Amino acid sequence: MADHAGTQAVLPSGAESSGGEGVRRRDFINIAAVSAAGVGGLVTLLPLISQMAPSADVLAESSTEIDISAIQPGQAIKAMFRKQPVFVRNLTPKEIAEAEAVPVSSLRDPQSLKDRTKAGKENWLITMGVCTHLGCVPLGASEGENKGEFGGYFCPCHGSQYDTAARIRKGPAPKNLEVPDYKFTSDTVVKIG
Amino acid sequence: MSFPWAKEYTPAHPFTKWIDEKLPLPRFVFNAVGAGYPVPRNLNYAWNFGILAGFCLMLQIVTGVILAMHYAANQTVAFDSVEHIMRDVNWGWMMRYAHANGASAFFVVVYIHIFRGFFYSSYKAPREMIWLLGVVIFLLMMATAFMGYVLPWGQMSFWGAKVITGLFGAIPLVGEPIQQWLLGGFAPDNAALNRFFSLHFLLPFVIAGVVILHIWALHIPGSSNPTGVEVKTESDTVPFHPYYTAKDGFGLGVFLIGYCTMLFFFPNALGHPDNYIPANPMQTPAHIVPEWYFWPFYAILRAFTQDFLFFPAKLLGVLAMFSAILVWFFLPWLDRSPVRSGHFRPTFRKFFYLLVIDLLVLGYCGGSPAAEPYVMISQIASIYYFAHFLIILPIVSAIERPEPLPFSITEAVLGHDQGAALATPQPA
Repeated sequence: MADHAGTQAVLPSGAESSGGEGVRRRDFINIAAVSAAGVGGLVTLLPLISQMAPSADVLAESSTEIDISAIQPGQAIKAMFRKQPVFVRNLTPKEIAEAEAVPVSSLRDPQSLKDRTKAGKENWLITMGVCTHLGCVPLGASEGENKGEFGGYFCPCHGSQYDTAARIRKGPAPKNLEVPDYKFTSDTVVKIG
Repeated sequence: MSFPWAKEYTPAHPFTKWIDEKLPLPRFVFNAVGAGYPVPRNLNYAWNFGILAGFCLMLQIVTGVILAMHYAANQTVAFDSVEHIMRDVNWGWMMRYAHANGASAFFVVVYIHIFRGFFYSSYKAPREMIWLLGVVIFLLMMATAFMGYVLPWGQMSFWGAKVITGLFGAIPLVGEPIQQWLLGGFAPDNAALNRFFSLHFLLPFVIAGVVILHIWALHIPGSSNPTGVEVKTESDTVPFHPYYTAKDGFGLGVFLIGYCTMLFFFPNALGHPDNYIPANPMQTPAHIVPEWYFWPFYAILRAFTQDFLFFPAKLLGVLAMFSAILVWFFLPWLDRSPVRSGHFRPTFRKFFYLLVIDLLVLGYCGGSPAAEPYVMISQIASIYYFAHFLIILPIVSAIERPEPLPFSITEAVLGHDQGAALATPQPA
């Protein structure tokens, strides 16, 4: 503390302010202290906000395996993936033909059945069971439910209609039913997520 | 504020003028903790602890509301939900350790705040109401801390709840029905856990309400000061901002260093390992003690081992424990000395330090097993504790000859230098 600024600090306050021009030592300390406290306060907000994000146990449930051996053509099951329903549907040849007959360019969310299934497994249509309008679960996966005008899924909340490739055809929903990431771990087991 | 030289809030910008007309909140803040609140110029660091206590309350409310987002008050899952917070929730370990150590920090700060009041006789007229409200806040804090400690539903939680509610069982005739009513059962169970959670969430906001009354009552006479001499002229005071915002800010920084050291390096140092064992109604831990901040009062409770006349020892212990705090309510009328500050009261000062030692001894005994020699030491220390307030203070204040007081705060700070005494404080 033998430098000029150090010796200045021990002078009475009158002498300190009589320098007049420029930034005083006290201004510097004030700005530095308040800035450090401000940055520290902002950094403290990080854990306070981050604690509301999905916790480790929730993230640990982020993949699920489904046995599809019992699903006959024309049938579908509802499985649970990240606390939301997944539809696993075994399409009949007729349903595949219907889906492929539609010109892709005429669709609201243009995608072909091939885009939405795995090569060689075109009969397995795996989608989230969450309407892309406001998140209801569409009907059509279980036996006897209303499949809508296009033979796929029908959302009872606001009347969105999906075709046999679970593509939006009519009603307020903007997108096709989402296809989650999945892979076949064997011919009878599919791993989602 | 009462001092005529308090700076007036004068909004300059049309928007602040508009706000001031509709809801003068900035004016309120300016007069409460801004340049509009003249404060004695000689406050030492003992006067930091009110602000620090307020900070601790906010810290506990913020971390507590966050913990309540992840905690489940059901005896089947409460313990697991706490472990879920510790292991799975993002930063959950930090939130819980911050809350648990925050409670200890809160009590450290509040005990220093209370003993500041003892030494400088801050309870004396015209500040009796501030003191009375402060004792109410302390009682609410104790209730809140006790119920919070039950929530993790570990062994210490369970047996703490059983022992503390058992205190009410000591009341003659109605004791047992009252205990069952408090617990909603015969022993701590789901009903008790749920109501403790509900009240543990509610009480901090009640404390915040009483804190507002405490500060309101403070702003009527204004802050006391280390000389105990009342403010006479403008030269005795400086504006709260920037002088004491800066001083309190520095104190807050020192406090945070200590608090963060505990939080990040010794988070379990003040806890009990037994509380990481799930509650078991069939087995009591070998050595059961409350949290450290209850130790002095716990020692007084356990000091009573003999029945006396018609009073069973259990009831006497409970009465003594509650009286140990209730006696503080009478302090403004037990200490009759016209001089406030311990600096000018040589005899009182010695007894003040004896009281500090006495409470430390009681605290040490309260944290030790209920065996000799701790029981006998607790008994002697308990007798001295009550003797201090009920006998020593009234006698000392009657016979003591205080040292000469300074004429004014300014004189105490600057001596008899007339030129300096008349000058107003330099602006920052």
